[in-house]
Amino acid sequence: MTPVATPFFFYLLAATMIIGGLLVITSKNAVHSALALITALLAQAMIYLMLYAPFVAGVQIILYAGGIMVLFLFVIMLINLERTQKERQFNKQWLVGLAAAGALGFLFVSIYLKGKRLFPAGNASYPETQNTQAIANLLFDRRGGTYMFPFEIASLLLLVAIIGAVVMAKKRI
Amino acid sequence: MGAILQYITDDLKSDKTPGVAGNFFWAFVYILLIFLGLSVAVIAMNWLERKILAHMQVRLGPMRVGPHGLLQPIADAIKLLLKEDIIPEGADKLVFWIAPFISVLAAFTVFIVVPFGPAHAVTDMNIGILFMLGVSSLSVLGIVMAGWASNSHYPLIGALRSSAQMVSYEVAMGLAVVSVILMTSLNDQGVGTLSMIGIVQAQLAQGQWFIFKFFPLGLIGFFIFAVAMVAETNRAPFDLPEAESELTAGFHTEYSGFRWSLFFLAEYSAMIAVSSIAVTLWLGGWLRPFPNWLHGESWDQIFSFFPGLTFLFLGGLCFFNAARMPKHPLFRVQTIGLAGFGALLALIGIVLFFPGVRGRIDDVFWFTTKVAAFMYLYIWYRGTFPRYRFDQLMSVGWKILLPTGLGVLILTAAAAFIIK
Amino acid sequence: MFLLGVIGVLTRRNVVIILMSIELILNAVNLNLVAFSRMWGGLHGQVFAIFIITDAAAEAAVGLGILIAFFRNKETVNVDEVNLLKW
Repeated sequence: MTPVATPFFFYLLAATMIIGGLLVITSKNAVHSALALITALLAQAMIYLMLYAPFVAGVQIILYAGGIMVLFLFVIMLINLERTQKERQFNKQWLVGLAAAGALGFLFVSIYLKGKRLFPAGNASYPETQNTQAIANLLFDRRGGTYMFPFEIASLLLLVAIIGAVVMAKKRI
Repeated sequence: MGAILQYITDDLKSDKTPGVAGNFFWAFVYILLIFLGLSVAVIAMNWLERKILAHMQVRLGPMRVGPHGLLQPIADAIKLLLKEDIIPEGADKLVFWIAPFISVLAAFTVFIVVPFGPAHAVTDMNIGILFMLGVSSLSVLGIVMAGWASNSHYPLIGALRSSAQMVSYEVAMGLAVVSVILMTSLNDQGVGTLSMIGIVQAQLAQGQWFIFKFFPLGLIGFFIFAVAMVAETNRAPFDLPEAESELTAGFHTEYSGFRWSLFFLAEYSAMIAVSSIAVTLWLGGWLRPFPNWLHGESWDQIFSFFPGLTFLFLGGLCFFNAARMPKHPLFRVQTIGLAGFGALLALIGIVLFFPGVRGRIDDVFWFTTKVAAFMYLYIWYRGTFPRYRFDQLMSVGWKILLPTGLGVLILTAAAAFIIK
Repeated sequence: MFLLGVIGVLTRRNVVIILMSIELILNAVNLNLVAFSRMWGGLHGQVFAIFIITDAAAEAAVGLGILIAFFRNKETVNVDEVNLLKW
């Protein structure tokens, strides 16, 4: 399927993501931050679609926007945040934090500029129709699946996380 | 004029959905048609639900507003539009505003991939079923925000309960769906598909609706999905979060007028959406009964009489009941109204007999009939089952449906492996 | 986005928002992975991105569990007041 007006959509989605990110870190109200994060996540899913990764986009919407953010909203609602809205929002060390982040950003930009010639301009364009199947091949294939072991480890990690979360939130162990 | 006609017939003859063919104009037309169709369906559901529930409870339902209450939904819509729009005092204005819109958006966006025919969807994404599951999980967000924004404890508890319930039953739904996708991979390339149209075509190629595949497994999978979908839309036996006797209407307590009608619209659209998922995955989408066993031109012709016959039958029922109404001057409006409705249905039936329309309307008709059967089941459940208590609800979701779903998945995989 | 997440983690006092900023960081990394996977062919980037999303879900659950346990004891969500180890 031929993409249409790609630069326009990319800038639109990227701007949505960045504005969402800004709102996440600057909102007084935690629920507004969560909403901004949801917007950023949905915009990111659409960028994944533009990058010919429909399966990752679907997984992102189901898990991240539909699962993790619901979890966040639950916790925000169970904890009464009325009081904290009237207090200061930012740390005592916010200047140092900004300076550290600025230094990190400078590092990123300098790496990118210096190493630009190291990135080969690849042009791989695999068709969408086999994306899910190809991912499944990588994950599950008997003969050549490179990611089978990490897959099992990930399921073990999820088990540990479930048990940990249940234990953490119990009133009495 | 000829060019326009040519344009229309070109699209009708193509075998790709407008989205895949990159045709924006037709995609837009389809979206408009779906929007209109959904609105009509929701209005019809409102009336049907009240009448059918009433008849199940041996009473008559709305009879005053127009003959046999046929204008009741319109009266309801007018009332809701004219009601005063109240925003609770401490409510978070932004969240209060957008919560109903998110619910409606999530419920309507699902219909992009619903296939009414082999080329009659807005688009056919390769990850169709994944997209549908994802977007229905966004409707949880709308409910949570609605509960939060109302700044009062009844909606908050209702929203938390409702979202916990929806998230739990999403898992069971996902497992049932995955077992179906396994079944689509039994073709000769060994490759399954996630696209909705592909799933129905796999059913056509394997000559069997997936509900009957591997005998009890398809049926159990269908049953799991049917229960999970009722719980997912907060309906009938699982409607504790919005039950009137328990929580004073739960998460949409504080919404009045137009906003409440948005929630109402979202709920019924979500019902139709998950019913169409169930129809596509298990009951063969737009395929007529026995597409492979009784195949061939003549059988196609015979089955293509069905839409017209159905409408004529419904019209005949209306006439029959109109003739049975008591012959008293006070009932004259009702009788004439019912007879008029019967005449309208019969007219539609006759239109569906014309040869130009007859062959084309098949797919949409069978799909819509199956979804309508599901809607009737929804109303039937509401009239029959008592409500689940919340802990019973969660225990059913996690302790019964989830292990059964896993078992169906594993057994289906084993059966598919053996057959290969 | 990575930078925004880092700023969020370093400067906000509310623990929930810190956790959300961590999610922002993870998402930025994911985006990077998928973009490079597109540029160089091969789907390894996408598979790894899926793993990261799974891990983020697990870590958000555990983090929020810790948060709830902590909140029960101290009735506040400011990281400034997490000073039980201070002398």
